[in-house]
Amino acid sequence: MDVVDIARWQFGIVTVYHFLFVPLTIGLTALVALLETQWLRTGLPDYLRLTKFFGRLLLINFAIGVVTGIVQEFQFGMNWSDYSRFVGDVFGAPLAIEGLLAFFLESTFLGLWIFGWDRLPRRLHAACMWIVHLGTLASSWFILAANSWMQHPVGYRYDAESGRAELTDFAAVMFNKVQLVTFPHVIAAAYLTAGVFMVGVAGWLYVRRSTPEQTEDRPMYRRAIRVGAVVALVSGLAVAVTGDLQGKVMTEVQPMKMAAAEGLYETRDSCAPFSVFTLGTPDGREEKFSVTVPCLLSFLGTGSFDGKVEGIDDLRQAYRAEYGEDPGTTYYQAADYVPVIPVTYWSFRFMIGLGMSAAAGAALVLWLTRPGRSPSGRWFRVLLLGLPLGALAANSFGWIFTEMGRQPWVVFGLMTTDHAVSPGVSTAEAMTSLVALTSLYAVLAVVEVRLLVSAIRGGAPAYVEPPDPSRDRTDDDALAFAY
Amino acid sequence: MELTTVWFVLIAVLWVGYFALEGFDFGVGMLLPVLARDDTERRVMINTIGPVWDGNEVWVLVAGGATFAAFPEWYASLFSGFYLPLLLILLALIVRGVAFEYRHQRPEAAWQGWWDRAIIVGSFVPALLWGVAFANLARGVPLDADHEFTGSLLTLLNPFGLLGGVVTLLLFLTHGAMFVALKTDGDIRHRARALAVRLGAVGAVAAVVFLVWAQSLTGTAVSAVVFLAAAVALVLGIDAARRGREGWAFAGTFATIALAVAGLFVAMFPDVMPSTTDAAFSLTTTNAAATPYTLKIMTWVAAVFTPMVIGYQAWSYWVFRKRIAVHHIPTAELAHR
Ligand code: HDD
Ligand code: HEM
Ligand code: HEM
Repeated sequence: MDVVDIARWQFGIVTVYHFLFVPLTIGLTALVALLETQWLRTGLPDYLRLTKFFGRLLLINFAIGVVTGIVQEFQFGMNWSDYSRFVGDVFGAPLAIEGLLAFFLESTFLGLWIFGWDRLPRRLHAACMWIVHLGTLASSWFILAANSWMQHPVGYRYDAESGRAELTDFAAVMFNKVQLVTFPHVIAAAYLTAGVFMVGVAGWLYVRRSTPEQTEDRPMYRRAIRVGAVVALVSGLAVAVTGDLQGKVMTEVQPMKMAAAEGLYETRDSCAPFSVFTLGTPDGREEKFSVTVPCLLSFLGTGSFDGKVEGIDDLRQAYRAEYGEDPGTTYYQAADYVPVIPVTYWSFRFMIGLGMSAAAGAALVLWLTRPGRSPSGRWFRVLLLGLPLGALAANSFGWIFTEMGRQPWVVFGLMTTDHAVSPGVSTAEAMTSLVALTSLYAVLAVVEVRLLVSAIRGGAPAYVEPPDPSRDRTDDDALAFAY
Repeated sequence: MELTTVWFVLIAVLWVGYFALEGFDFGVGMLLPVLARDDTERRVMINTIGPVWDGNEVWVLVAGGATFAAFPEWYASLFSGFYLPLLLILLALIVRGVAFEYRHQRPEAAWQGWWDRAIIVGSFVPALLWGVAFANLARGVPLDADHEFTGSLLTLLNPFGLLGGVVTLLLFLTHGAMFVALKTDGDIRHRARALAVRLGAVGAVAAVVFLVWAQSLTGTAVSAVVFLAAAVALVLGIDAARRGREGWAFAGTFATIALAVAGLFVAMFPDVMPSTTDAAFSLTTTNAAATPYTLKIMTWVAAVFTPMVIGYQAWSYWVFRKRIAVHHIPTAELAHR
């Protein structure tokens, strides 16, 4: 393996890992803020208990989201220094602005929320969590704008003298048409993920009834299940709508990615089919068995059932004519300008399949817990476990599709991935970093999952009237919360 | 002032803010086994920084992001050049950050013991290595005509670099002890103050040697004044600690760290990464800079949002201004209600 391969593996591993925590953070901050607001409005103890319970799960998740984010911020310079030199003028700005606008907001107000139960007036305390959520949205906006620019560079010019891309129109970068569809898709997917997470966790506590307290708490968990399921269902619809819009934009700006999503080699002038499932040769040239929906690919890509979808073979010719000969033979044997087809094909299907199943599962749970019914049983538990796992996996597959489908480009049409890597970094250094980060992340994953499980087992804490914030605390009172 | 100079100053400000703020929470972390006599005292110490450490850490993220945006060449050469030290810093920051959030999640002594170790090591490694990195940055490193770092890890581990590491280590320890003295009450407060005075004396000697050396390597008249002010601030801070004026004592070490870091940037200007191979290969505020257009946008964003950030961070310090003592720490079962 050379430095490019190592750096790619590292980027893929640490970024997908980071993004396991990100959607939960985005979605859970909103849900916790919502629960706390409901408590303020209704005064029902259940809402406070759920706020504290899901707040704790959020913090366990947030901790790893934050520390893995630090690696993201620095690895562009460490492993991708030529990339950084080439795009810094355009790409650096959103990254810096993300830190200034979003990370300060998130970290400071989360600190205030965690430790502020007895120091802040109640409304202000709830507002802190809403502000944290706003911070996560701002963070997503800027980082996705940066990523969208890599998918579809706009608002820049190439300067031959300095040999780099230079920003000419900041607004164009912020409101890139790829960004305008990516942001709602990713945020909707995050709400979906947090919604089914809430269904899974509350559902699991709901079916337990071995002690009297557990039985007593069931109405509370049922309430949480239904909140989570409604959120998941609505955002599931939003994910599908925005995903469909993305398909159109993608067909326009990166037609090769759409062709790769289907493994479509020959251009179809109309009614291109979408295969749900195919068995065949690994490169998708020949199929042995497949289940296809006629004309669906045309609809996904163009919005009309008899739209034209270009195939890989024609696109490769076109790309060659436009960008010159094969840029990446070393990494893509005989597959010039073509991404790795099995990866794009299957990741696209897993994203849609697993994610939409999670949304459908949420609908099913909503039906199963309708007034007068109380599901239990083994299959119900399996369903509860499957929902959050499916949604998380769908997020990862979505990114793998987007990023791998862009290959061999790192910035579409401007820079290929093998040119992006740091020239001064040795294989040994890169390998050390890959092994060290991967091992540490593996250990953290085990610790985090066990901690989550034990926190979930403990259930929602008993109701305790929070200290009255309008009364001045005497100096001898114990803290309401401490590490 | 030219925009490139403005951004040089802003990035210096971000690093100054980072070291002056996270410096004390590194110090508190390292002093955990030294100052605390039992678990409750350890929790007192951790809770003094609990609400603020993450906000402090964001300063370095923004410093990195701002360098990327304003001086892409600098970002690229610095982070790929200082690869292994930076990797170690990242690993340390990871375990440390998780430790603060996970330590209290379970009551078992063994669990908490592991996370205590993570806090101690995770604070020690960056406290040392940031100093090594900054000393080397000021002194210059071998850069070729493409601004690529051509040295190895050993290039960075030179005597001046190592002394820089020792100095940040000692200053952060002192700063941390001053912070504990300022933010706690009871026995631990007095121990922290006494320790701060002793650590400060050792730190002062090391810092003066380092600053004189730095001045002789790259200094200018202005940097001499700034370095001198740093030394004076440290002496005043130690004296204030001796007299029991904890607020002034903490302000003293805060100013020392801020001025020492500022002095290094002053000494470096207009280089941002001097090359020891050939001065013509050095990265400067002009040849490493982004375009005027990008800098202009960034300037507007910074002008609007930096005051807001400083405002709400200051407010959060105000909200948590009360001293913490042993009797404020709730028992473990209560912590999660
Ligand atoms: C999980 C979410 C995710 C996010 C938020 C991003 N990417 Fe990506 N990126 C991936 C997921 C991914 C990936 C799926 O994990 C890839 C594809 C192949 C690989 O190894 O990692 C990848 C590869 C990849 C590579 C290495 C080339 C390659 O191996 O394909 C670079 C330089 C970038 N991306 C750059 C970025 C930048 C600068 C982003 C920030 C805006 C970014 N990606 C966001
Ligand atoms: C490759 C690009 C990325 C970089 C450089 C990056 C950088 C970072 C950094 C430095 C942090 C830590 C902030 C802190 O200390 O509070 C962070 C956290 C976060 N990031 Fe990322 N990130 C990337 C991808 C993304 C994407 C695509 C999103 C959203 C769609 C996102 C959303 C978040 C959120 C919500 C947090 C809050 C902490 C958490 O996840 O629990 N990030 N990121
Ligand atoms: C009908 C269902 C869906 C469709 C049609 C769809 C479509 C798409 C398309 C076309 C892209 C690639 C955009 C590009 O590269 O330009 C994408 C990316 C992505 N999808 Fe989906 N998707 C669907 C469901 C889901 C679900 C259920 C999830 C997660 C729960 C999800 C998460 C993601 C993520 C995280 C990305 C990467 C970021 C991005 O480019 O937006 N998607 N999706």
